[in-house]
Amino acid sequence: MAEDRKQLVVVGGGPGGYGAAFMAADLGLQVTLVDPEENPGGVCLYRGCIPTKALLHAAAVLGEVRRGAQWGLKTGKVHVELKELRRWKDEVVAGLTGGMGQLARRRKIEHVRGRARFLDPHTVEVEGNGSKARKLPFEQAVLATGARPGGLPSVSYDSPRVMDSAAALRLEELPERLLVVGGGYIGLELATVYATLGSKVTIVEMLPRILAGTDEDLVKVYLKEAGELFDSIRLSTTAELDVREDGVQAALKPEAGEPEEARFDRVLLAVGRKPVTGDLGLESTAVELDERGFVKVDEQRRTAEASIFAVGDVTGNPLFAHKATHEGRVAAEAAAGRKTAYEPRGVPAVEYIDPEIAWCGLNELQAAEQGLTVEVARFPWAASGRCLTLGRRNGLTKLLLEPGSGRVLGVGIVGPSAGELISEGMLAVEMGAVASDLALTIHPHPTLSETLMEAAEVFEGTATSIYRPRPEGGQRERGSKEEP
Amino acid sequence: MAEEVRLPEISENVDSGEVIQVLVSEGDHIEADQGIVELETDKAAFEVPSPSAGTVAEVSVKKGDVVNVGQVLIRLETEGARKKEEPSEGPAGAAESGAEQETAEKRAGEQKEEPAEAEQPPEKAAGEEEAKKGAGEQKEEPADEKPAEEEQPPEERAEGEPPPASPSVRRLARELGVDIRRVQGSGPADRILEEDLKAFTRRAMERRGGAGPGGEAGGAAGPGAAALELPDFSRWGEIRREPMSRVRRITARSTGAAWRAVPHVTQFDQADATGVERFRRRYGDAVAAAGGKLTVTSVLLKVAASALRAFPQVNASLDLQAEEIIYKEYVHIGVAVDTDRGLLVPVVRDVDRKGVTELAVELGELAERARGKKIKPDELEGATFTLSNLGGIGGTAFTPIVYHPQAAILGVARARPEVVLEDGAPRERTILPLSLSYDHRLIDGADGARFLRWIVEALEDPLRMMLEGEA
Repeated sequence: MAEDRKQLVVVGGGPGGYGAAFMAADLGLQVTLVDPEENPGGVCLYRGCIPTKALLHAAAVLGEVRRGAQWGLKTGKVHVELKELRRWKDEVVAGLTGGMGQLARRRKIEHVRGRARFLDPHTVEVEGNGSKARKLPFEQAVLATGARPGGLPSVSYDSPRVMDSAAALRLEELPERLLVVGGGYIGLELATVYATLGSKVTIVEMLPRILAGTDEDLVKVYLKEAGELFDSIRLSTTAELDVREDGVQAALKPEAGEPEEARFDRVLLAVGRKPVTGDLGLESTAVELDERGFVKVDEQRRTAEASIFAVGDVTGNPLFAHKATHEGRVAAEAAAGRKTAYEPRGVPAVEYIDPEIAWCGLNELQAAEQGLTVEVARFPWAASGRCLTLGRRNGLTKLLLEPGSGRVLGVGIVGPSAGELISEGMLAVEMGAVASDLALTIHPHPTLSETLMEAAEVFEGTATSIYRPRPEGGQRERGSKEEP
Repeated sequence: MAEEVRLPEISENVDSGEVIQVLVSEGDHIEADQGIVELETDKAAFEVPSPSAGTVAEVSVKKGDVVNVGQVLIRLETEGARKKEEPSEGPAGAAESGAEQETAEKRAGEQKEEPAEAEQPPEKAAGEEEAKKGAGEQKEEPADEKPAEEEQPPEERAEGEPPPASPSVRRLARELGVDIRRVQGSGPADRILEEDLKAFTRRAMERRGGAGPGGEAGGAAGPGAAALELPDFSRWGEIRREPMSRVRRITARSTGAAWRAVPHVTQFDQADATGVERFRRRYGDAVAAAGGKLTVTSVLLKVAASALRAFPQVNASLDLQAEEIIYKEYVHIGVAVDTDRGLLVPVVRDVDRKGVTELAVELGELAERARGKKIKPDELEGATFTLSNLGGIGGTAFTPIVYHPQAAILGVARARPEVVLEDGAPRERTILPLSLSYDHRLIDGADGARFLRWIVEALEDPLRMMLEGEA
């Protein structure tokens, strides 16, 4: 039986989907959310960001406890009770997703459980969770189906010894030896969890460096601080896997040199994520995909089919929850007829490794790629009192500034809490702030946030915690040409 | 010299806003860019800045007023003028005027930095041409560049490079329909501030501005309800204030604008509707069986549609901007309906292609939905002519206001029995008083009279309609 036309149907309940659904409901649209899970949350809440961060926090506490031995905190051997750790992580997820469900209900969002398929540009059919198929005619829809872990053509996920990120987060056991294929941030974050909890972790990366896309100076500080956490990190190396009943036999093949045989208890494939666009009936609409399979959208996140928007991972890089939510809100505003556009000056990136790496706006790799001249002001954390009180020595805050004006174009940070610190940098970039705005804003002492202020002072040549000899002729010229 | 400060072009689809607060009073000395009024539109709330420094001579709007683009907000005694008129003052005055001169020079300097500002599109209203002639120095601006409707983008900024502005300012620009890449920032390192956006819209207005009343009439709304001073009514007794409803606001705006923009002529006539009454009695049941009510209005709809076909200039609109007349090949007639919410005018489409029965049914449905708040906005749009029948209430005649941009409206008063001499013998006939208001710019008096006569004769002798083919 045909139902009444829904004003807005959101397909997918992750951060993009609930971002769109909640915003649309707040703007007065009548919203239907289609998602197989009991509550909104998607990969991020159920199988991604949130469980990872819970486990990473546990790992960080363990790391601090171990570090504390140097300051006289003797604990003896810390025992990890895997079952309890799992339960706590699952409770965090359940609490958060339950809260999302409540928020949806309060907004009178109709939640239809199941998977949606487009029949035409104004109808989806929802099937699944045992109930019979239901047709939902709609005026407008938001596609927010996200992405799923990719794999290797020669390796099947059938064996429990081969894990994707979702399986690794289930934390079924602590393998004695774990191979992580892929040196991107997902691979490294999970490698950090397992290594800190006690696994011997080997990371192989096909490229000559880890964390591709991250500025190398930040990665260098990270590697210095991460020290001996991992058994080995093998760059320019591929892995050939033979998955057996009792283990995984791997041939680790460096680009130059002899392959090495090694045996692992489990292997984690973290080789990128692929958009979920299959079996959605998109061929019944005018929605177009790009050459990498992501959905093409305009600046309002509208697809080639006028009645359908797409947001989040399914629209392409960067695959971040916060980008998806922002896009979702833009799409909802557009659906409600507002003049709006997705036009951030950047999407902050955080790698939740230890220490964290975060950056926003322009980074040095992008500047080089685009042939832009930027001035870089670096403040090493060895000069930060707060850093020393944390028992750390290595960290870096840097500003990428427009030469002359000192406008903040990008910020990069490596060190504990970098992910929390980066928001000030993102705000500066969005506001079009200049270095002196940061330098003249009083930051509390002692905090790590001071490093942003001091980096700005470095640009002006007058950082409190760093001495630089004055140039001949007296006063240093400040960054801003307008200054007397 | 007194300068009129008008509401600038706010954005593409916004032609008016409500005054939330008046920020200046008569006698105030204000600076250039100082806010005059705080205005709210459907899209945003913002301050309208003053284009010049000066003393407020008169405040023409008040809180709650809905003002249209181009409407005068305040009258300003500008500094430069005062300086000229009062050249020799005492020492104190001289010092003051020195300071003013500095301000004026600074302003002049600023203007030079923005060459686009002085450029004028070639085809503009005469008033603007004159204004241009008046401004001597501006003639020195290069005239060979292409006429710039829009301001030149700040030169240093490379194409594609995002302009420095905070997210909220970028959003406001989008909502105002301003391309932010064209806005020169005044913040640190050329950061674009909210004030820069306001100044930009103001300059955009100045470039368009100065258009005479003719130019304004070309717009959909025309000048708005200029707020005349109101006395303090409570001096004479108790009063009660209530906000205007949306329908009331729209009606006030559109009738006010039409009243000012359209030179009205109202032509009166009366028809012997005895035949129409007989026709209604004879076929009333048949139409009722089809679900309609055979009213005088439904008959008039059909007759008016035929008349509009015969007189295409009445089914037309004036485009003063282009100096063209827009003839419509369709006949959609709006019918004024009295509802709880106020006057609504649903539109019957393609009246010329429908029979009276169909029209009666459709009109009944439209009127019912209008009264039941079920009418959709697009059902109130697109009329080429309007019919207003007050006969059900009474009256002998009235002068309806043309619905701009239509060209004419037919008013119908109450039919009444009259004794008429027919071949010297008194006979009782039903007489229907009609009045036609029309836009004299488009329709000459003789044509207006002929059009109304055509309707009268068609009502009296329907076969006549067939004598002359449709135009």
